[in-house]
Amino acid sequence: MTSLPTHTEKRLGLAIDLDTCVGCQACVTACKGWNDQGYGAPLSDQDPYGAAPSGAFLNRVHSYEITAADQSAAVIVNFPRSCLHCEDAPCVPVCPTGASYKRVEDGIVLVNEDSCIGCGLCAWACPYGAREMDADMGVMKKCTLCVDRIYNDHLPEEDRVPACVRTCPTGARHFGDFADPESTVSKLSAARGGYDLMPDLGTRPTNKYLPPRRKDAPDLSAPLAPLLDIQATGFAGWLDKVLGKI
Amino acid sequence: MNTQPRLAPSHPIGDEVRRTTCYMCACRCGINVHMKSGEVAYIEGNRDHPINKGVLCAKGASGIMQINAPSRLRAPLRRIGPRGSGAFEEISWDEALALAVSWLKPLRETAPEKLAFFTGRDQSQSFTGWWAQAFGTPNYAAHGGFCSVNMAAGGIYTIGGAFWEFGQPDWDRTKLFILFGVAEDHDSNPIKIGLGKLKARGVRVVGVNPIRTGYNAVADDWLGITPGTDGLLILSLIHCLFQAGKIDLDYLAQFTNAPLLIVEDGPEAGMIMKNAESQPFVIDRTTGQPAPWDAKGVQPDLGAVYNGNRTVFQHMAQRYLAPEYAPEAVAGRCGIPAARIRQLAADLARIAFDEAIEIDQPWTDFRGNSHEKMIGRPVSFHAMRGISAHSNGFQTARALHVLQIILGSIETPGGYRLKPPYPKPVDAHPTPHFTAAAGKPLAGPHLGYVRHPEQLALKPDGSPARIDKAFTWDAPFSAHGLMHMLIPNAHAGDPYRIDTLFLYMANMAWNSSMNSGEVIKMLTDQGADGEYIIPRIIYSDAYASEMVAYADLILPDTTYMERHDCISLLDRPISEPDAAGDSIRWPVVEPDRDVRPFQSVLLDLGARLGLPPMVREDGAPKFKDYADYIQNHIRRPGVGPLIGWRGADGAQTGRGDANPNQLDRYIENGGFFQAHVPAAGAFYKPWNMAYQDWAVQTSLFESPQPYLFSIYSEPMRRFQAAAEGIGPHQPPEHLRETLKRAMDPLPLWYSPYQENGYTIHALTQRPMDMYHSWGSQNAWLRQIRGRNFLYIPTKIWREHGFKDGDFARVTSPTGEIVVPAAHMAALNENTVWTWNAIGKRKGAWALDEDAPESTTGFLLNHLISELLPDMGDGIRRSNSDPVTGQAAWFDLRVKIENAGPQLASSPAFAAIPRAVPQGKTRKAPQ
Repeated sequence: MTSLPTHTEKRLGLAIDLDTCVGCQACVTACKGWNDQGYGAPLSDQDPYGAAPSGAFLNRVHSYEITAADQSAAVIVNFPRSCLHCEDAPCVPVCPTGASYKRVEDGIVLVNEDSCIGCGLCAWACPYGAREMDADMGVMKKCTLCVDRIYNDHLPEEDRVPACVRTCPTGARHFGDFADPESTVSKLSAARGGYDLMPDLGTRPTNKYLPPRRKDAPDLSAPLAPLLDIQATGFAGWLDKVLGKI
Repeated sequence: MNTQPRLAPSHPIGDEVRRTTCYMCACRCGINVHMKSGEVAYIEGNRDHPINKGVLCAKGASGIMQINAPSRLRAPLRRIGPRGSGAFEEISWDEALALAVSWLKPLRETAPEKLAFFTGRDQSQSFTGWWAQAFGTPNYAAHGGFCSVNMAAGGIYTIGGAFWEFGQPDWDRTKLFILFGVAEDHDSNPIKIGLGKLKARGVRVVGVNPIRTGYNAVADDWLGITPGTDGLLILSLIHCLFQAGKIDLDYLAQFTNAPLLIVEDGPEAGMIMKNAESQPFVIDRTTGQPAPWDAKGVQPDLGAVYNGNRTVFQHMAQRYLAPEYAPEAVAGRCGIPAARIRQLAADLARIAFDEAIEIDQPWTDFRGNSHEKMIGRPVSFHAMRGISAHSNGFQTARALHVLQIILGSIETPGGYRLKPPYPKPVDAHPTPHFTAAAGKPLAGPHLGYVRHPEQLALKPDGSPARIDKAFTWDAPFSAHGLMHMLIPNAHAGDPYRIDTLFLYMANMAWNSSMNSGEVIKMLTDQGADGEYIIPRIIYSDAYASEMVAYADLILPDTTYMERHDCISLLDRPISEPDAAGDSIRWPVVEPDRDVRPFQSVLLDLGARLGLPPMVREDGAPKFKDYADYIQNHIRRPGVGPLIGWRGADGAQTGRGDANPNQLDRYIENGGFFQAHVPAAGAFYKPWNMAYQDWAVQTSLFESPQPYLFSIYSEPMRRFQAAAEGIGPHQPPEHLRETLKRAMDPLPLWYSPYQENGYTIHALTQRPMDMYHSWGSQNAWLRQIRGRNFLYIPTKIWREHGFKDGDFARVTSPTGEIVVPAAHMAALNENTVWTWNAIGKRKGAWALDEDAPESTTGFLLNHLISELLPDMGDGIRRSNSDPVTGQAAWFDLRVKIENAGPQLASSPAFAAIPRAVPQGKTRKAPQ
């Protein structure tokens, strides 16, 4: 059993803009590619060319259709889902070996694969379904916020961000320190009404989602005024009026 | 406080980074390939690259699973059993090439047209076309005829440039963006980057698309239009803008053919009036007299009437002010409320004219007039296959360009910007070359832009010169050829029989054909003599696609990491509005199979055939391989495939001698080169002398090519006039009425549909995470999208009592499929759709026969005939746009029934024998 730190120096996490995400899955495979060769065991795939392929992914994008009473048409929200690096992460205290832990210096929730026995309790405890067991190695895998990128001196400074953030074509994913009110993610979240996923669970996620802006609400009150009534004046009158503007 | 493990998070990714160009789709992004012990370890976007600026899509980041896919072909194969049986033997390259030569050499010496060479996802068309020209066959094209030709031709004939990746909205300045029917697999990272910029600035995005996925999901306003009616919506917007006088008259007068005069009557009726020097002219507002269209200081009068002949502008006004284009008249058909159309027109007008932008950049136009500023109309549009793949798509593409033109937003700040080598007037393009002669090369390039009926690819007896009947009365402006008609025509012997079908990267036995099941039969059909109707088939691909089983000889290609490639200005470059750009691929890993890059094989084949441009005077091969060609081929004096680092010392740009170290310089620079447009030439390019001079210097043109946008298309009028019986070149009777309408020189809308009782529109779209048929062999991508469903809108779902798990029986006039159904509300209420090319034939792509792609996965192709129903006269009519021959995939209409729960989709095809063993495990990381 592991206890959570009472305070972390930084609160590193992601601000994910649901108004901008087009659901292209770029973050999904960039994550897969990086973490297949990065921190801990590779992300194996079972039956990759078979009838029921399945593998470990640390980040998945789902699309939801929403038909709201106050909207004229149904909308689709693309929703990237990965570990939220909660302050009260329920996945940490349930770990029987101490393998699951939250880092004091930056709040990243990690699995120490050397101690992980693959019991799956943490995945069961996570209400967000953010953890996936690697079937080959029998260890629990989860988003590390690319801990092996963000502190990696071998990478150019601008690349020291999670792989999903670096690759996102629309720029819908932002990385930073939510403990710093002046950070880009803090300011973006404040400006756009960043919200916690399922806040009633008391997990206090670090990651914030920026909600979709209101859709399909054009102001229909100011259509163009015809220059004049063509039926009444005829085409010649219209032409004179138009060309008179030159 | 816990005891945390000590992490050592700082380690190098690999031992080397090799920068090359992606080929997971048509985008051609720059990639950093991180190598570990000589193998690919990780792929990310190249931050310096103009196309993707560091980002990479789902496909690109999965490239490592593609280059190691078990579906890769391993060695040349010769068919030893019946065609389609999969009975092949592995042979050496020498045997393979000798066999190909034994088939092709006699054809070249006697009847070069008996070879039909068509390429699919080819990114080397300036090379493959050059090869086919040297061989002498008129029968060459790539896949544009079933992909994009309406967009390409509609654009070239109107504005001298097109949508697709040949231009882009001014993402940094535009204030309103409207997106029509996009294919999410083309230009995808640039569009996503652009949308991200708009979202960051809070710019409104309007999506016009029957389906609200992807880009349309983030659109602020979604117009769920009825398929095939985009043109009507666009003309209604034009109607509103004309009615309110919200049109950029100055732009129309200066930069378009709106002030030119149209001959009212007589044998020249409908043609643009010419003066004694055969030049069009305008009426100068200051003098009221005729004046040259391109003279300094002339102020063209849009309202002029000269000897009873009116300007193009007046013809436009008369057409578009008509009540048939009023929002209230089109709303029902388009499925969009009239108030939304009126409001969109108002928003366009307000932003274009009341929120105009100015850049303090003086410039000089081709007339010699100086302008202090660059005025911008910050509304922009983009469009792709959604409006293209209809039989009215050419006119619709033209209509959308005319909408942009009347707003003054093309090539102005905040509007739509073309990328070099565009803008380029239609008259600067070649016309088609098609005359085959024994042992001779073709006189010029195959594909081009027809301007006059006399340029059609017809033999002296009036029969089609090309096997696909491109550039005939069936499809006069078929600038990309008609690949979808190739196999049906070859099978029918209409217009003639061929001997050898040579295909590259084109999955014609499956998802790249209309009516796939019938095409499979044509490929294996035998005549009374027991010979195959299509006698010989050579196929080159890197992967075990469905097409492999139907070839007689397989030339296995490399993957994109194992080869040289050239993304050339002669072809389809990686330019940006502010820079001409080209790029290369280079082998970052060596093949571990007995495979060769197709382009090198083609050069070898050409040398063995003795094709003059591929052999030295002593008969030895002129080029060692494709890399040698890229560096040393000279297309015209000083101009080769790449514009960067030309000249022996690499100091020249655009023009210069070959540079033996050119590829090294590209590799050092990350695989690409850019030549930047000067600031004074950044906008108004078709008319801007700073741009024109730069374009000549950069080798895009040999002389400046300023021109007027063709709102009124004189080439179209020539064909319309012919259809009316005017002139010596006359269409066949059965095409007259079609051509009179389709060749209208001012954009119009006509229904693309036949009234036959089928009323539900059925579409396909490509997901952003798959490219054509390629994605399914990718261990990661197929986990994201290994299944497809027929998405059914709420009204139809309820009407038929569908429940989750039900299958739908979908019928068209020519076919039936039974496929898994799913409900979707964010969808036009009369439209169903599915993801394209997820369905696979059992046995292909190294997948398990029970893979979901092969059990429940399906294609709509089985419902789409390449021919329209027989009208009782025995004439084969292509299911295509009558102007360009663009395959009209999206004209498909169907009937739907609830088939209840089923185990598998139908039709179910028997498994095809495997060309490679089934994949079991995917390659483990380094």
